[in-house]
Amino acid sequence: MTHTDMATDTDVKTDFGTDIKTDVRADSDTETNVDVTTGLDTDVRDLEDLKDVKADVDEDVKTDIVYAYAVLRRTPEAARAVADLRGVAGERIRLLEFGDDAPDGASGGPPGDAPDRPPALAAVVGPVPAADFDEASLKAGLEDLDWLEATARAHHAVVAALTGRGIAVLPLRLVTVYRDEDRVRQTLEARRDDFLPLLDRVTGHVELGVKIYAAPDTESPDPEPAKGKGLGVGRAYLAGRRRRKRSTEDAWQAATDTAARLRELAGTLAVDRVAFRPQRGELAGQVPGPNVSNDAYLVPEDHVEDFRTRVLAAAEGLPGVHVEVTGPWAPYSFSLPAEPVS
Amino acid sequence: MTQPVAGALGGSPRLPSPYDQGPGGQGANLADILERVLDKGVVIAGDIRINLLDIELLTIKLRLIVASVDKAKEMGIDWWEHDPTLSSRASSSTADRPVAEQRDASLAEQPDRRSLVEAEGAAEAADPVRSLAEENERLRAEIAALRSADRSPAS
Repeated sequence: MTHTDMATDTDVKTDFGTDIKTDVRADSDTETNVDVTTGLDTDVRDLEDLKDVKADVDEDVKTDIVYAYAVLRRTPEAARAVADLRGVAGERIRLLEFGDDAPDGASGGPPGDAPDRPPALAAVVGPVPAADFDEASLKAGLEDLDWLEATARAHHAVVAALTGRGIAVLPLRLVTVYRDEDRVRQTLEARRDDFLPLLDRVTGHVELGVKIYAAPDTESPDPEPAKGKGLGVGRAYLAGRRRRKRSTEDAWQAATDTAARLRELAGTLAVDRVAFRPQRGELAGQVPGPNVSNDAYLVPEDHVEDFRTRVLAAAEGLPGVHVEVTGPWAPYSFSLPAEPVS
Repeated sequence: MTQPVAGALGGSPRLPSPYDQGPGGQGANLADILERVLDKGVVIAGDIRINLLDIELLTIKLRLIVASVDKAKEMGIDWWEHDPTLSSRASSSTADRPVAEQRDASLAEQPDRRSLVEAEGAAEAADPVRSLAEENERLRAEIAALRSADRSPAS
């Protein structure tokens, strides 16, 4: 038996080329040992293969994270609409489904199947390079107006393409980014009860912007004061100055009043209204005058032209203002819960 | 009613043109887009923390840049970086306190800063005319009287 034990030791230590010969001479105990050894070796190889696989997976996780653009109802139209879209990183856009396990809410299942089940939701997502959308990169990117513009326009283009096909969406805020698709599902599932009523509210509606400017060209030319009416030069100057102040303020006030009337009219044509801050800067581009008001209206989509025509027509009859109607937009301004969930 | 913008309800193909040529196109006013994608839209917490605090600050910053030509010009491209009131990086480089302390302090101060900035923005947005008006209450009353006499609303 001593000899056999030694043979067993040899089996364990040498590689298989030699082992085979030893095996032939060894008794059944030794054979068992060899089998165990062989099994172990195979396990090690498997593990190494697994490591390679895992490295690949890690690589994937590192290179791609998930950018979410919008939440919508899961429909075949929605799936078709996203098929050709490209996102903020030029990536292919897809529909990430969540909400329930039904294969397809529209076509699957017998007719009588759970009619009271709430509609399934989906998220519009795209894989983006983690290196460009991790915390540090985003911080840097958001500080770069060029990056911000490109990203904002690309984000907006995805959302607008869906709205353009009449699909109701809740647009998400810029750079809403997740580690993976499961995280998107979890997070959106948790907010499902917020999203469904909001989606119902914006369905069949679009957002229109109405910007009202005080138009400088309506300022009446400063009427020359009657000269030599007993006013000295200084007094005449002061009087002129006061008049100019007065006419400027008057023009502003007139524009504000007119804006109020237009807002009232627009309000009657819309379902809801949200006020933005007036725009002043160069980002706003060429403007006809100071921006008096800047509002967003939620308008039924079959009243868009009616809204536009009537607001512009009303503005034409009112002096001192220039009115711009923008849109239709996705309902960005009407996609927030009344009370944000903390 | 006048044009088939919205299409029919039955799911027939809609005309994408209003979106393609309008705000969806490249020609859309950047301020209009930014105030929507940054300031509006559904806020949900992403995994990347930038969403919460930094977007909020960025939004305030955006309001400023949209509110003032001068500020936008003087800030240029790296507009965020150059404003010590909003960039913790900028402020920490100009002070002697440890960075961590700076961060804490800046985080703690943010609510105040924010209201300050918004107040400034609001004042700015209110037009210089208003400060003139505040200068002279009597004049304003006079104007109001003139206006009501002069220009009965034509509505």
